[in-house]
Amino acid sequence: MAIKLPIYMDNHATTPVDPRVLDAMLPYFNERFGNAASRNHVFGWTAEEAVENARAQIARLINATPKEIVFTSGATESDNLAIKGVAEMYREKGNHIITQSTEHKAVLDTCKRLEKYGYQVTYLPVQKDGRVDLDELAAAITAKTILITIMYANNEIGSIQPIAEIGKLAKQRGILFHVDGVQAAGKIPVDVQQDGIDLLSMSAHKIYGPKGVGALYVRRKNPRVQLSAGIDGGGHERGMRSGTLNVTGIVGMGKACEVCQQEMPTESVRLAGMRDRLKQAIMSRLDETYINGSLTHRLPHNLNISFAYVEGESLLMGINDIAVSSGSACTSATLEPSYVLKALGVGEDLAHTSIRFGLGRFNTEEEVDYVAGRVVDTVNRLRELSPLYDLAKEGVDLSKMSWKAD
Amino acid sequence: MAYSDKVIDHYKNPRNVGSMQKNDPEVGTGMVGAPECGDVMRLQIKVNPDTQVIEDAKFKTFGCGSAIASSSLATEWVKGRTVDDALRIKNTDIVRELSLPPVKIHCSVLAEDAIKAAIGDWKRKHPSSDAPSPSEVRPSASVPAGE
Repeated sequence: MAIKLPIYMDNHATTPVDPRVLDAMLPYFNERFGNAASRNHVFGWTAEEAVENARAQIARLINATPKEIVFTSGATESDNLAIKGVAEMYREKGNHIITQSTEHKAVLDTCKRLEKYGYQVTYLPVQKDGRVDLDELAAAITAKTILITIMYANNEIGSIQPIAEIGKLAKQRGILFHVDGVQAAGKIPVDVQQDGIDLLSMSAHKIYGPKGVGALYVRRKNPRVQLSAGIDGGGHERGMRSGTLNVTGIVGMGKACEVCQQEMPTESVRLAGMRDRLKQAIMSRLDETYINGSLTHRLPHNLNISFAYVEGESLLMGINDIAVSSGSACTSATLEPSYVLKALGVGEDLAHTSIRFGLGRFNTEEEVDYVAGRVVDTVNRLRELSPLYDLAKEGVDLSKMSWKAD
Repeated sequence: MAYSDKVIDHYKNPRNVGSMQKNDPEVGTGMVGAPECGDVMRLQIKVNPDTQVIEDAKFKTFGCGSAIASSSLATEWVKGRTVDDALRIKNTDIVRELSLPPVKIHCSVLAEDAIKAAIGDWKRKHPSSDAPSPSEVRPSASVPAGE
């Protein structure tokens, strides 16, 4: 079968809208365009019904109740609302927040802003496999700790955190637990009851839904979590998030969650199989390649490899008919290599050589084989160009060399 | 980021890739950059001791496409020039030729540094020639970003 180029294998960044999701959304652009807050006519009721149906679909995916779902513009807003909302609401109780160094910027930068307002934040390091150490987490808790915020799974290296254990610890100590679930919900089982999660951020466009819509799960029982609103206005979403609801997007997110829930058992197995095939096809044909992150506690569709002596952006340029991303500084807005890889203890030299593959629902085995072949050829070609590969082959220890740029 | 056609051409068909014997008295070797900065260039020149003309040049580069293109272009440009003439190649010339965007200017600076370092090395082997001292070689521009 002919392969259609370019190949999209960057599904941690975003995903295409599933055709089933699109079909569900389309009527809500024009036929059923009502404002869900219009209480006095059928257009409003129709929209409201659609929103409530989506709320139930999302709640089912994570074992919550519909009333615990608050719609937002995306997971960045959900993270902001959860962390700032708890910080303000529970200020009397304490001012300490615990998070970890490999969180998404939506969490880290929100915490940094709170520090300016007098909050104390502990940024826990992670272990070599990208997971937080539970003993360190327990030791970081103080009498002033009001919130623990730890992501379910990492967007670069796919490491899955011991969420249920953290949830248990948080509950024992009477601390609220927020989880950025963007990369996990819809991909692996997420159960807010079993996992002891009090707040969970979700995004639609990572699970084959549309961009511009997300949700925050806010626990209503044991304990009942209260939040200060981030956006004031008409009092939508029980006062936690004002603003006319994005009905079309919400319908899409609901449908996306439903499809993910139905397909997860087979889809996750299929993706893990393709991921392992990709890993094997690349690593069996190249020396000095290193997997970043945990091998066991890992999202089924994630692969992150460092190709020693080959700079990431130049590798991307060589495989320009394939969409993946790199931890190289040259591909980031900040000109710094991936802070996530740095936190794992990956040296900056290897961080510059990393590539993240994010497999998705619409990738095929043929594509996997094609990608592996292109990567192997390009790495070999660029290593022929690399003075570092020469030196390494001569047996020079690159870390012991004195570099002029130092 | 979109690359210029010339960068893509040098990336796909790099000129003068290779290595020379660095102990050869007629060879000057310059290695600049650092792996943790994501750029390392090695540029080597072979100089005719009588005419001081650079008769051959080779490079190998670890870095982005623009770094590869800058060093590939540098080898093309130094060939056939005298060492003193080659020292007049400025990074801005490379930026113009390759249409490098501002974020890639450090690649051109590194290429200029590599030329200077290779010539400096050759001149150290030939003290009779009019060599600039190593301290005159500008430090690499890849240092400031995020260090």
